[in-house]
Amino acid sequence: MNRRKFVRNSAVAAAGGGLLISQLPVEASAYVRGNETIKVAVIGCGGRGTGAASQAMSVDQDVKLVAMCDAFRDRLDKCYDNLIQKHGDSGRINVPEEHKFVGFEGYKDAIALADVVILTTPPGFRPIHFEEAINAGKHVFMEKPVATDAPGVRKVLEVAKKAKEKSLNVVVGLQRHYQPSYLALMERIHNGEIGDIVGGQVYWNSSGVWVRPREEGQTEMEYQMRNWYYFNWLCGDHILEQHIHNIDVANWAKQAYPTMAQGMGGREVRTGPDHGEIFDHHFVEFHYDDGTMINSQCRHIEGCMNKVAESFVGTKGRATTDGKTEITDLKGNSIWSHRGKNDPNPYQVEHDRLFETIANGGKLLADAENGAKSTMTAILGRMATYSGKVVTWDEALNSDVSLMPETFAFDAQPPVVPDENGMYPVPTPGKTKVI
Amino acid sequence: MRIQTRFSQIITPFRLSRFNQLLTVGGVVLLIAQGYIPKPTSDDSFEAYAEDIPGTSFSFEMLPIPGGNFMMGSPESEEYRKDDEGPQVEITVDPFWMGKYEISWDIYEVFMFQELEKRYAEENGGLDAAKIPSVDAVSRPTPPYLDMSFNMGKYGYPAICMTQYAASQFCKWLSAKTGHYYRLPTEAEWEYACRAGTTTAYSFGDDVSQLDEYAWHYGNTDGGYEKVGTKKPNPWGLHDMHGNIAEWTLDQYNPAFYTSLDAITSKNPWNEPTELYPRVARGGTYDDEPEMLRSAARVGSNPNWKIHDPQIPKSRWWLTNARWVGIRLVRPQVAPSDEVQNKYWINFIEDI
Repeated sequence: MNRRKFVRNSAVAAAGGGLLISQLPVEASAYVRGNETIKVAVIGCGGRGTGAASQAMSVDQDVKLVAMCDAFRDRLDKCYDNLIQKHGDSGRINVPEEHKFVGFEGYKDAIALADVVILTTPPGFRPIHFEEAINAGKHVFMEKPVATDAPGVRKVLEVAKKAKEKSLNVVVGLQRHYQPSYLALMERIHNGEIGDIVGGQVYWNSSGVWVRPREEGQTEMEYQMRNWYYFNWLCGDHILEQHIHNIDVANWAKQAYPTMAQGMGGREVRTGPDHGEIFDHHFVEFHYDDGTMINSQCRHIEGCMNKVAESFVGTKGRATTDGKTEITDLKGNSIWSHRGKNDPNPYQVEHDRLFETIANGGKLLADAENGAKSTMTAILGRMATYSGKVVTWDEALNSDVSLMPETFAFDAQPPVVPDENGMYPVPTPGKTKVI
Repeated sequence: MRIQTRFSQIITPFRLSRFNQLLTVGGVVLLIAQGYIPKPTSDDSFEAYAEDIPGTSFSFEMLPIPGGNFMMGSPESEEYRKDDEGPQVEITVDPFWMGKYEISWDIYEVFMFQELEKRYAEENGGLDAAKIPSVDAVSRPTPPYLDMSFNMGKYGYPAICMTQYAASQFCKWLSAKTGHYYRLPTEAEWEYACRAGTTTAYSFGDDVSQLDEYAWHYGNTDGGYEKVGTKKPNPWGLHDMHGNIAEWTLDQYNPAFYTSLDAITSKNPWNEPTELYPRVARGGTYDDEPEMLRSAARVGSNPNWKIHDPQIPKSRWWLTNARWVGIRLVRPQVAPSDEVQNKYWINFIEDI
């Protein structure tokens, strides 16, 4: 197996590394340092898109929201109203009616109007939107995950290279990379304070998320777009959509990506027609090239033990974010812990750093490659639990199985459709093919 | 309801009847004008009791707190005093029962998850007896994205991270299930019960070296809360009034509130909230230094209590970062009219 070179992609500047923006050719249309207003567009106007746009409008630089796009007019309007309520007085929201784009194709026009684009639709659209943004020479904030299938990941990896060549800053919303407790812990792990990592556990066990039941008059496509969490082409299953955070921390701690995975999963409780095709629990062994195995578990079931955390065992000690962020020796004695009471908001720090770097230069922010590879890691886990087979990194990444629809339109047929009882096909370990 | 006798001896005999609206206090019978006094919801004597929650195997204990007067706030001579703790003002509060412990996750989860509530009901007397309120009557929390116990422990440990609105809806849900009117304490009721007749910095005196016997705080915890009721109670039998987790009150936080009170408004004062922030939490937490655990110490909520909530509007139910605020119940001895009850349910304000 090949050892993959890990590209360190955190907010900690690698000593001596990194290219300065001033040393690189800059795409003509991209915002360059200066006194002009930085124009922002938001693509995907749900709760998270509104939050990210609000964070972008809260930075120190001179910024303005100039364009918005969503598949649905009501979502766009709600987002706009909330942003006006929160930031209207600042004069930073300036989105005339003709710059509000609705539907599947509006992203192109919205992107064209901005210097920085915020990509916060359901993750299935991310590769398409990211490609458009980088081709158009824009800086990007995009939410995790960055794809839902291997072709999407490969697209993002390819575009990530292009972004670097064009010196376009890209921040991915894996916000633990901008969170003081994680940065402090990783610095200690990478300095060898727990020795070499030989094992670990990562968790996202919670009670689940919202359900948006089918409404009268909806086409199948509209229903899936509204209730998107439960459809893999849009969401990628919760092992990807949420648990990516913890799987990404495992990669970050190991400074590597797994070479193979095997696991199990299913749906035990969340089994109704409004629960689409995704599992409600997964358990995966991620194997790394040096023999380290990190176990991942994620569950969306009410009334069970809940935990969202990561723990690692090294040859000299243990590191954990379980409850508190702490390093102990192998007997459990505390060596160090982080008291996070007055830590800044990592969701805001992401935007502070993005706009500061765009305005003032400095080390290029290039989160997309790690974002894509951590996305791939979670997809690898999903492939393992859906198939019940051992899946290697290389066969997963090179898979040609696309989850995406052929046509994006509200009257088009989505890639999965319900049977006569309203039930969707659910993966069956041992039978389902994923590669 | 199971009557306990342990604290009954400290209470003046006090009996209510819902049928003839006769109020007997210390042997004196008072005739109350028809329709004037709110109907009591209970025939029980004013004693400690444990309330079984219908349709579950859970119960919680309530202790009687006699009404009376006290000086709210701290004297200027008190070490670590802050300006918002004064000037001291004489307050009168009517009698109420108060939760012996902070509400634990066991109970809060039944409110959080209606499916869980149904499942418990089927195992504990059936759906009808469980008196599950309709969604029109009581709103339920949305499922939290994160694990809101933050790995500090669930069963027997205090429920945390709920907004004041969520805490109030929990009380409404509990009232509907039990038939008894439960709500959050006012800030005045909270301090009165915390002091339990004392005038010192803590209800055990001024000697902070004794704090470890009574309270969980930053110096004696491992970065998280502890099980409720594992430290000594205050003189009125209430556990964890100092420390472990802070507790929601019904009030808007106003640093000048005490100055604003007069002879009339100092009787059962309540600073009714009109703004989303700040609202008062009391008692200090496992993540606080000892001075924040003092009886008079006040804390107002702020938007940072939700900084890890990346969405807009932010959750009306969950405070992702207030990993140290929870619920202690009160039940007024005389249940107020429906109109007054409604006034005390916290109204929702969208958090943009």
